[in-house]
Amino acid sequence: MQQIISLLMENKPGALMRVTGLLSQRGYNIESLTVARTLDPTLSRMTITVDVDPNSRAQVIKQMNKLINVLQAVDVTEGSVLNREMVLLRVRTPQATRTSILKEAEIFHARVVDSTIEGFALEVTGHPEKLDEFIDVMRSYGDIEVTRSGMVSMSLESKKLRLSPPVPAAGTMEEDLELQEAE
Amino acid sequence: MSSNLLSGAKILLECLSRENVEVIFGYPGGVTLPLYDALFDHPIRHVLVRHEQNAAFAAQGFARVTGKVGVCCATSGPGATNLVTGLVDAMMDSIPIVAITGQVSTKLMGSDAFQEADTFGITRSATKHNYLVKNINDLPNAIHEAFYIAASGRPGPVLVDITKDVLQGQAHYAPVSEIHLPGYKVYGGGHSGQIRRAAQMIWEAERPFVYAGGGIVAAESSAGLRTLVETVDAPAVCTLMGLGALPSEHPNFISMPGMHGSYAANMGMTHTDLIIALGVRFDDRVTGRLAAFAPHAKVIHVDVDPAEISKNRHADLPIVGDLKKVLPRLNAEIAELAPSMRARNSAARHAWWKQIRQWKEENPLVAEISKTEIKPQHLMSEIDRLSGGQAVVTSDVGQHQMWSAQFIRFNEPRLWINSGGLGSMGFGLPAAIGAQFARPDKLVFSIVGDGGFQMSIPELATIANHALPIKIIVMNNGYLGMVRQWQELFYNNRLSEVQLSTFPDPEKLAGAYGFKGSTVEDVNDLRRALEAAVAEPGPYLLNVKVTPLENVFPMVPAGGAINEMVLRPPQPVEV
Repeated sequence: MQQIISLLMENKPGALMRVTGLLSQRGYNIESLTVARTLDPTLSRMTITVDVDPNSRAQVIKQMNKLINVLQAVDVTEGSVLNREMVLLRVRTPQATRTSILKEAEIFHARVVDSTIEGFALEVTGHPEKLDEFIDVMRSYGDIEVTRSGMVSMSLESKKLRLSPPVPAAGTMEEDLELQEAE
Repeated sequence: MSSNLLSGAKILLECLSRENVEVIFGYPGGVTLPLYDALFDHPIRHVLVRHEQNAAFAAQGFARVTGKVGVCCATSGPGATNLVTGLVDAMMDSIPIVAITGQVSTKLMGSDAFQEADTFGITRSATKHNYLVKNINDLPNAIHEAFYIAASGRPGPVLVDITKDVLQGQAHYAPVSEIHLPGYKVYGGGHSGQIRRAAQMIWEAERPFVYAGGGIVAAESSAGLRTLVETVDAPAVCTLMGLGALPSEHPNFISMPGMHGSYAANMGMTHTDLIIALGVRFDDRVTGRLAAFAPHAKVIHVDVDPAEISKNRHADLPIVGDLKKVLPRLNAEIAELAPSMRARNSAARHAWWKQIRQWKEENPLVAEISKTEIKPQHLMSEIDRLSGGQAVVTSDVGQHQMWSAQFIRFNEPRLWINSGGLGSMGFGLPAAIGAQFARPDKLVFSIVGDGGFQMSIPELATIANHALPIKIIVMNNGYLGMVRQWQELFYNNRLSEVQLSTFPDPEKLAGAYGFKGSTVEDVNDLRRALEAAVAEPGPYLLNVKVTPLENVFPMVPAGGAINEMVLRPPQPVEV
């Protein structure tokens, strides 16, 4: 079964590599990964779907929380959580089936973003399993091309975020502080 | 121009000075030229090693002996990649070092420039954390954060990769007054309720057993360990990384547990009803087959790294915290309960000690002495006699390491310096360099095998350069002994590529570097030869030819339970 991990991390070069490195060094394959900055532009939110050996799941979360750039890593595989994904899909279709495609699209709350003689480009978001069904349905109408965003998750339970306070740097003495003030 | 406009190289040295760095072990190169120019007339001492890997090992030797952060330095490309083994070694043994590496100029990065390597990427998993500094204004923070991360929490190596243009550039330098790492959690004194419950469990146990490791050494909490052990009068073992945490001569000290641990240590671990695990990680070399490890025991596990809790063995009572702070609190709780609890299991505890003493007597660790040849165990016990539990001893990995751990006493922490987790050959000699620089007053033995020694021979030049009075003792059995032992025991004695038939003449070799060396073969000369080496004011290379085919026992075969030890070599069967 896939493990879904939600991470809050510093938006810094190399931070992504540290997280994915923890998974690749254990030979785990990442199924999907999304990352974007948060309301605070110095932070990023990442959602990873990964096939982790069930016995190692707690260890993986602990190791992620140890990373200096990670503020919080949470296992959101179970519990109260919203999981959504987006699909962009192009379907090539003969004139005859155009109307049925539009009806199907409506059922899945898909939006037409481009329409040509050859077919449609559709955009849809939803739970990944729903999207699998949507893709299957569209495939039955003709050749399709698909791009999936990967899962984004949001926990509906509030987890307390514990951040470490600043510490004085080595060799910081009063005279230094005075020196800085004098500048 | 303002007076505090400094070059990146000078800013770096200023930051190192503020971190009280006394010595850097390093090797210069193209992109670190600006740094070495600034070092030329700077009070920080630089020790030129002969290979970057040994800079990292020497920095570790310094760190392991002092507890301070060791510093090493290398240039870009091959300089940086050569550091990697030393970084991983420090990572595995939780040793605080900071590595400074040069990187090609920012505008050349990614162009396959001369001596360019992706040091930041390569060392990601080799370090606790690493930095790539491309902007001179980020330099002071990166350096101070590196030292803070290396030394705090569970210590480890941190690398700072600095581009040449940053080292060459100029900036107004303002000292960093605070470090802010919101995602870096450093744990303190542990959970009060858990500590109270631990004290209760310790008194309630009938067969308590203390399992102390490198975490005690890292947290400078030997005194706390001693108080705990003495208050509850529990038997204690120290792991390979923890030797010296409790003095070897302490009456409660059993010995080292695990694959080559003593019979009493492994039997104690197997039969205890409460493991008090302090700064350990239930390493496979200690536990043997995990499913059969300490089957009757509950586990109290104290560690500063939450990821170690229940990683290998489930902790019935976990305490995440710094032993330096947790142990005094735990000891206070134990003392408070003592009057009401001490008498409770006294009969059972008395029987437990009786059992442990019996195990010790049944199969003691005794160095066998032959009249005709130098047994390696005999060599170690002679070194032990000269050390008296006081000398610094460094080692590589393999048979000599295990015999050293079995037969040399360490009455203080930070005397026994070895590559435990990674098991790096070639570690012992450069580590001794760092150790001797840190403690010029100490007698330093570097006990190495004939294999590992030949991996670090170039450092004889560093030793000679600085006239470091290191006593290099080569336990020469003409084999890669531990691999040979496994080939003998598990691969039908098909000795494949383990014979080291050539070894340089030690007198000529040491002589070529300008110091003394000799070989001892006759068991009757052993003591005199060791004493002469120690009496020599400078370095000494003593090549000791020991029984070639000796094996390390006791031994827990791979995949075996630790109570299923092979205690001694199989005796030839009469037909």
